[in-house]
Amino acid sequence: MEKLLFYCFAAILLFAATMVITVRNPVRAALFLVLAFFTSAAIWLMLHAEFLAIALVLVYVGAVLVLFLFVVMMLDIDLVPLKEGFTRYLPLGILVALLIVIEMIAVLGVSNFGLEQVAAPQIDESVSNTRRLGLLLYTEYVYPFQLAAVILTVAIVAAIMLTLRSGSRKKQDAGHQVKVQKADRLRVVKMASEQKKSSKESE
Amino acid sequence: MIALSDFLILGALLFSLSVAGIFLNRKNIIILLMCIELMLLAVNLNFLAFAYFLDDAAGQVFVFFILTVAAAEAAIGLAILVVLFRNLSTINVDEIGRLKG
Repeated sequence: MEKLLFYCFAAILLFAATMVITVRNPVRAALFLVLAFFTSAAIWLMLHAEFLAIALVLVYVGAVLVLFLFVVMMLDIDLVPLKEGFTRYLPLGILVALLIVIEMIAVLGVSNFGLEQVAAPQIDESVSNTRRLGLLLYTEYVYPFQLAAVILTVAIVAAIMLTLRSGSRKKQDAGHQVKVQKADRLRVVKMASEQKKSSKESE
Repeated sequence: MIALSDFLILGALLFSLSVAGIFLNRKNIIILLMCIELMLLAVNLNFLAFAYFLDDAAGQVFVFFILTVAAAEAAIGLAILVVLFRNLSTINVDEIGRLKG
């Protein structure tokens, strides 16, 4: 049963990844990326990493991929020139991918990392995964944990500063506001007086 | 029972798919960023598989940090992409090679 579930999730994950790299429309690619992340969250649950699986769904599907969708829909992209060269590089891409897969399977296959070599561990069910992770994160890894917070802050500042439009932004200049004269705002126009002739008709 | 090699081979397949994606979509920066995200996902899968089979939660801590850095990277990358599109009106990789010496 567990094995069947794993192969189902693996097939969906690989299908979603294939669609991400082959579909023409970036919006669809982003949506298939959502599917890929969801499925891998399910696989992470099978690896008893419950906290990280939920964090993946919350942080990635909830924030990063929504950001991707935002950007894809915000930019008005001409898709035709972006796809050229797809068939030209298809044989090379497939060749490189196949070589990587063959090499990695040769090293990571059943002969080296099968169940005989690395047996499945007995998980202590009394301690939850979140508690284990938290105990490690706030004691041994507390300094890198603070550093991760700093990285996120720097990322926020950098992203805001990069996309800030300084030229067209509305600004207040108090000195300029105080110094303003009547002549700057008010324009007196000289013109000949006009006779009111349509007032009676409109009544 | 699922063996460690199954998870590792799945990670390898996912990684090679994203490498192929970088080869195929070399014009479109958005898809390139998505392929990088997929690569990080494959790496995370390997970390979690080893963390489970060696019964060592340090691997999960590493995945936590990789998630943090990947989120920061995606935010900054997309910000650069928006600025690039605002200035050049294109995200075609061929047309933005302006730093040639």
